Amino acid sequence: MAQPSPSLRTARARVKGLGASGHGAGHWWQQRVTAALNIPLMIGFIVIIAMMAGRPYPEAVALVSHPLAALVLIGGVLSVTLHMRIGMQVVIEDYVHDKGLKFAALFANTTYAVAVAVACLYAILRVSLARLV
Amino acid sequence: MAEFALPKNSQVTEGKTWPRPAGANNLQEFRIYRWNPDDGKNPRVDTYQVDRDDCGPMVLDALLWIKSKVDSTLVFRRSCREGICGSCAMNIEGQNALACTMGIDECQEHAKGKKTGAVRIYPLPHMPVLKDLVPDLTNFFAQHASVEPWLQTETPAPEGEWKQTPEDRAQLDGLYECILCACCTTSCPSYWWNGDRFLGPAALLQAYRWLIDSRDENTGERLDALHDPFRLYRCHTIMNCANACPKSLNPAKAIAEIKKMMVAREV
Repeated sequence: MAQPSPSLRTARARVKGLGASGHGAGHWWQQRVTAALNIPLMIGFIVIIAMMAGRPYPEAVALVSHPLAALVLIGGVLSVTLHMRIGMQVVIEDYVHDKGLKFAALFANTTYAVAVAVACLYAILRVSLARLV
Repeated sequence: MAEFALPKNSQVTEGKTWPRPAGANNLQEFRIYRWNPDDGKNPRVDTYQVDRDDCGPMVLDALLWIKSKVDSTLVFRRSCREGICGSCAMNIEGQNALACTMGIDECQEHAKGKKTGAVRIYPLPHMPVLKDLVPDLTNFFAQHASVEPWLQTETPAPEGEWKQTPEDRAQLDGLYECILCACCTTSCPSYWWNGDRFLGPAALLQAYRWLIDSRDENTGERLDALHDPFRLYRCHTIMNCANACPKSLNPAKAIAEIKKMMVAREV
């Protein structure tokens, strides 16, 4: 098989590539904000779970029905899944260089984060709003 | 995927052991990477014995001693021999450094406790090798050029010089001293994996040097050109750059400052 011709593009052209995308600062900032938010939200999550330990189901439902507990859990799910998605995206962009595989991995990453978020939010709302329905 | 192993034709083999200099008592062993693009062979590591009593104190002195007295085919870049031209950057005992400012005794401290006590010298990591210790820095310099490292103004030039307060001038300290030796950029894992798109610490340090120059009028355009997940945001603050810099500069800090500027214009 014939070897492909070596590129004759100049080094400047290769470095300029497709130009700056104009994105990145948003993700960088969101990653830091969610990292900071995750600390109190995870502490809240652990406290809520600890309070449920060993209690019968109706008491656990009553706890999650409290607006403050439900909001902490919902906030935790949103913050953690957003943080998880951006963090994994960075890992994929660092290490996966095959274009098709990278696209598939980024798609799967977003799908997974959204699925986890939606499932958790549904569960929290289902339990916390159960008394109203 | 990122490369975690060398391709077959890059795997390093054991090379030639050159004869000891006759009558020498104070010998230091050097193990040096050799590769010749013309012979079609894999790279090899040659072993040399340097007579410390007949040789200067720096690694570059030893390389010049080898080239003059033992093996004239050994190829490396060098020019100023005083840490200002950046030509003799190479990987010495696992650390990117300038051969001219790295003492042989310093290397021996690194090598202590190892079986051989040899000083191992390789070209700068993860760059194409042209021959022996000479890497191809074409991409590195093109990336430096891409940040347009010169003063850009729209205001008509004054009759004299563009003026700057002493405080504004002090902002450039720790940035302007960069000699473009590529020690930092080639020590950066992010650059190893994405060097075609990530500009790397040296180019970004120079970008910041012009971003905070009080005389420059194109700060916004400069930030626009860097606002990209790959050009700038591949930096994950690994800090190898700051460890490697032979001029004790801190490219990681400069990159962090660029990231802060990016946010500052959005919030």
